[in-house]
This record gives sequence, C-alpha cells and structure tokens, in this order.
Amino acid sequence: MTVRDVVLAGGRVVDPSTGVDAVGDVLLRDGKVEAVGGTLGRPDGAEVIDCAGLVVAPGFIDVHCHLREPGREDVETIATGARAAAAGGITAVCAMPNTDTVTDNQAAVGFVLKQGRAAEASRVYPIGAISIGQNGERLAEFGEMVGAGAVAVSDDGRPVVSSQLMRTALEYARAFNIPVADHCEDPTLSAGGAMNEGIVSARLGLRGIPCEAEEIMAIRDILLAKLTGGHVHLCHMSTKGSVELIRWGKDRGIRVTAEACPHHLSLTEDSVEGYNTNAKMNPPLRTAVDVEAVRDAVRDGTIDVLATDHAPHHHDEKQSAFADAPNGIVGLETALAVNITWLVKTGVLSVGTLIDRMSCAPAKLFSLPGGTLARGALADVTVFDPGKEWVVDPAAFRTKGRSTPYAGMTLTGRTACTIVGGRVVFRAS
Amino acid sequence: MTSPLGKDLLGLEHLSAEQISLILDTAVPLKAISERTIKKVPTLRGATIVNLFFEASTRTRISFEFAEKRMSADTVNVASAGSSIQKGETLVDTARNLEAMKIDMVVVRHGSSGAARFLAERIESNVINAGDGTHEHPTQGLLDLLTLRDRWGSLAGRRVCICGDVLHSRVARSNIWGLQKLGAEVAVCGPRSLLPRAIAEMGVIVFDRIEAAIEWADALNVLRLQLERMLGGYIPSLREYNRVFGVTSERLGRAPRDILILHPGPMNRGVEIDSDVADGPHSVILDQVTNGVAVRMAVLYLLAGNSPQLAEAAKGGA
Repeated sequence: MTVRDVVLAGGRVVDPSTGVDAVGDVLLRDGKVEAVGGTLGRPDGAEVIDCAGLVVAPGFIDVHCHLREPGREDVETIATGARAAAAGGITAVCAMPNTDTVTDNQAAVGFVLKQGRAAEASRVYPIGAISIGQNGERLAEFGEMVGAGAVAVSDDGRPVVSSQLMRTALEYARAFNIPVADHCEDPTLSAGGAMNEGIVSARLGLRGIPCEAEEIMAIRDILLAKLTGGHVHLCHMSTKGSVELIRWGKDRGIRVTAEACPHHLSLTEDSVEGYNTNAKMNPPLRTAVDVEAVRDAVRDGTIDVLATDHAPHHHDEKQSAFADAPNGIVGLETALAVNITWLVKTGVLSVGTLIDRMSCAPAKLFSLPGGTLARGALADVTVFDPGKEWVVDPAAFRTKGRSTPYAGMTLTGRTACTIVGGRVVFRAS
Repeated sequence: MTSPLGKDLLGLEHLSAEQISLILDTAVPLKAISERTIKKVPTLRGATIVNLFFEASTRTRISFEFAEKRMSADTVNVASAGSSIQKGETLVDTARNLEAMKIDMVVVRHGSSGAARFLAERIESNVINAGDGTHEHPTQGLLDLLTLRDRWGSLAGRRVCICGDVLHSRVARSNIWGLQKLGAEVAVCGPRSLLPRAIAEMGVIVFDRIEAAIEWADALNVLRLQLERMLGGYIPSLREYNRVFGVTSERLGRAPRDILILHPGPMNRGVEIDSDVADGPHSVILDQVTNGVAVRMAVLYLLAGNSPQLAEAAKGGA
C-alpha cells in the first residue's frame, strides 16, 4: 500500500528516544520516518501539514485499555475504541483480554488484530490472558498467543490470586520475552469495596478498599519477579505505598515496571462526593498524599509509563446507586489533556518526559515498534497543541462510553493530528 | 412555597443546627395530635405520598404511614421484595412511573448508600430518606435527638456514645452529625472490626471497651448487632459479643451516673443489650418510637412547604 508523503512542517519536534527537541520539519514516506529536522523539501504530491506552534512527537502508546469486543459491542467496539484513541493522539493501544469471550487463545488474539486492522485508525495490539478464561487456574497458551500477535499477558480486571500461578506465569513468559501485567488487588481485602477506604467512605457509608489491598499484591509480584527473573508489569498503580515498593524493587534490579493512569494523577477520593459514579473505578481514587507520590514516581521514572485504563460502560449501568455501578471510566480522549493539565502545567513533567512516559517507554517495555522518530521508524506520529484549552463534552467523544469525571471541565492540551503508518487517521477540525 | 429544609431530607450531615432544631421544635406540638381521640389534622389533605421500600422495614414504614395518615395525606405503600442489590435504573424507573401518576412525596428506603439522593436528583417530588444502605437514616437520628432533648432540655455538652456495629449503621451516621450539630460530645464503642477505620476523623471519641464508654457517657445508643456480622467474620460469636460488648445491668450498675439507654430497634435481647436494661428505668426506647411519628410528621409538614410558624407558636407558648 502506498501512501502520500507527509510533511509535518515547522513544529517543535520532541523525541526523547533520539534526544531531539527543536523546531523543524518531519518527512514521512512509505509508512516510515524519512527525515527529521531543519527545513526539509516539499516532495511532489506531499501532504503538508502546518505544525507551527504545535508539538510533533512519536505516537503515544497506551498499554492498558478495554475495548469490550467481543461481547459488549453495545459499550465499545475495537473500531470505536481505535478511533477514540486516534482522536486522543494515541497511535497504538494494547487491548486487555477481559472480553466475553476472553482473549485466551491464538484465535481470539487473531480476531482482535483483524478487527483492529479493519478499523483503519490507531493500531490495536492484543494482550492475551494469563489463565484460561481468566479463571486463575490454568495457564493460557502464551506461546501460541504471542505467535498470533499478543504483546503481553494479563488477567486484568481480575487479580491473579494464586501466587503459584503468578510465579509460573512469570517463569513461562520468559521464553517469549513478554511482560506479565498484573492487576494488583487482594480480593479478600477489597471485597464489596466501592471506593477508597478513608474518611469519605466512612461518611458516605460506602465500603472502602484499603491501599493495602493493592500494595500487598504489588510486593508479592515484585518478590515473584525477583524469584523468577520474569518481567512483571504492575497496572494502574494508585498509592504512595505501591510507589515505595516499586522503588524498592527497582533499586534491587528486579524486573518490575509500572504504569499510572491520568485519573490517579489528578483526582482524589473527594471526587466521589455526591455518589458520583463517574468517579468510580478500580483501583479507586485515593488521597492527595497518594496523588502526589504517584506524580513524583512518574517524574523520577519509578512509574515507567502513563496508560489510560480506558474502561467504557453503558450509560444505564453507570446511572445507578454508587455501590451498584460498574468500575471504570473512559480515558483515551482525555489522557493527553489531563496529563498536560495536571503534570506539565504544574511543572511535574517537562513535555519531553511526558512524551517519554506516553510513547518511548511503553514501546520499550512492551517491545512494540514505534515510540521513536528515528529515521526508518514507523511513521506513527502525534501532533498536539500543548496550550489549547477545551471543555470536555462527553457527547462529542468517539468512544461509545460517556463516563468521565472530567465532563464540563476546561483542560489544556489537545491532539491536532494523529498519524499511523504515515496515514492521517485524525485531524482536529 | 419553598421549604425551610429544601426539597428533600436526605441526611443530617448537610443540615444546619437551626434546621434540625426547627424540625424538633415543629415535632413538639405535633406530638399532641397522636394523643387525641381523633388523631387527624387536615394539614396534608390532598397530598399523595408513596412509601417506597426496597428493603424490609416494619417500624419505620408504619411510623411514616401513621405520620402521613394523621396529617391526612393519601398514601400508597410499595414494597419491593427484590434483593438489596436493586439496580439504580430499576429504582429510578419505578420513581418516574410513580411521579407520572402525580405524587407529591416519596419516602424511600433502599439497600444502597446514596440511593435516596440518586432518586432526589432525578424526580421533582420531595424525597425523604428512610434509610439508604449504610449511609444515613435521618428521621431515626431526629427522633433520637428529640428523645434526648425531651429528657435533658438541651444537648449541649452532653455525652452520647453509640455502641456496636457503626460500620454498617446508617443510624450511627445520622446520630453523629445530629448530635454534634446540637452541641453534644459523641463517642463510639465497639470492636474495631465494626468501626470505620477513619471514624475518629468524624470528630468522635473511640472507646475500645464498653466499660470505659459507660464510665464516660450520659446516654448510650445501642445499635442492633446483626447475625450476618458473625457470619461475615467481623466477630467470632454473638455469645462473646454479649460478654465483651453487651450493655448489661451489671455494667451499668458501675456507672458513675444514670445513663439513658436508646436503641433504634429491633433489639437482639441478650446480644447487644440485656432485657433488664431494655426494659429498665433508664430505657427511653419506647419514647423513641412515639417520637418517631412526631418527627416524621414535622418533616412532612416542613417539606410540604408549610411555614415554621408551628414551631414558633409552640416555643412562644412554652
């Protein structure tokens, strides 16, 4: 397939993977990065996109989202999710396997890939299940799933309760050089919980989930990574304690990596006030102390990547009494702006570090192509306006989901243009 | 006309001391209605009230129904025998359907915390929370306050300890807010496994042992200890609970002063409270029940947009 040349003209090119941070052009040809920097020519027939005042970055990669297909196509499809990602400046997403049916075999992995390609939007990489049916009992066939295109394994949505199963998964995954991504939650401690355990849960009369439910599993996983030499990736870290445990592991050379999500870096349990089901997710929003600790960890690299945990639900399901509402909010179309508003504008992260956490680091951790504008790399590029203010209107989302705690808020930073394989898949109107 | 309480009564946390006092002051003259031979006034004539109970209730539902009928409202009882995990959509659909039949107020009990507020935000009728999950039970809190105020005149500086399963108790939360707003000191006492971990941040004293609570308190509000808590592993056994945390006449006998005993009912005699205490001279448990009808009449009266003049008249005449 041939695509037109694209010239991204005169933007601030920021690529931590190559150390570039300068105003200049980027030329994309045949789905690859052809040239970067300075004033490049305008090849015949090239599409020239004026990027003056905009940041040109290697495409963002979200290693954690839920696209609900197969099973809940009423809530999201792989195509609507891939288009939402494109609108959010995310050129590739990793789809968690907790669909109905579970992505726990090579055929299911192939289905996700096929639907992703058909969407002709952002790339969709399947994550396979750790255990068959995510039942926490027997290992799924990692080898065949990786052969079919899976980039990691995870039972996300559910914790891996059995330490023995987690140990085996970490050992077995080594042959395929894939991370084992774990949703850290001790279900006996979190049972029935609807929000963070603390003063707000006490006042609202909601069952709380203590930070320790996450931290106990985080340290277990870190210790099992130490035991096995496997690569454990800890999903959606939300507490100060978790961050300290990851730091402890990294200091000892243990192969632990971790992600944090925009909502855990911007909001606290106070957002639940008034039984706001759009602030209900798992792990729950924590306290200001946790938010600050997780932000610091993103800055110093203890937390390697920023992911979304995009988790759409049907409006009717979210419109219910708090304890009855499902966990999860949408994130693909707000992640960049939330991260800029709460991390870059506040001085926690530079634009370069933001791009590293959203693009370079996830590519490296999950061994994905992209995450760089090096010559010859995939022409997956995100162009964004770091100063653009906009009001979040869920009705305008590409995702089918509407649940977001940011509705009505004015955020800073917006995608201008998203390019996948040299092809423009999103352009702001 | 706008009610001095706002559209709904969802809890005591967000009411002011003045609003709470207004309800109690309004309840006082309304008590007399229940003492008459003809227990009926025309105040709410023509108003339609639905008692929407998604959870089983005897005392609260009957108390509301008496309050409504003594004020001449037309009432309908809707009881959902369904599970406590009623989906919100079911709840709101039910309410919207009722509202389409042109009603004025909904009294709602639901197993989920926040359900009353959820409903209130979606319908135009006045909503009265008759207990939502483990959140609040404001009319129970109000009747407890009225009962104590009847005895003491004022709650300022008085010490009230809430005993037992605070974690799962909507009565406890309404009591804590109401008592604090009216100037009382509040403590809780129970096994830590049945107290919210952050309870001290609500401004209450925490006693680990009932003996210490009894030594401190002017009144004990003894919560019902449900059998499910033992099955849920919060406590080893009801027998041990009684031996360690039970309010017994022997323990009360060592108190430095007379202590009023309240219980929201239904009681587990021999578990959280012994019969001789429940039926003893310092028990105000039946006064609570009587006051329940009066405070519910007061809430209905005020939410219906009636002026606070009843309370003023009562105070003026006192």
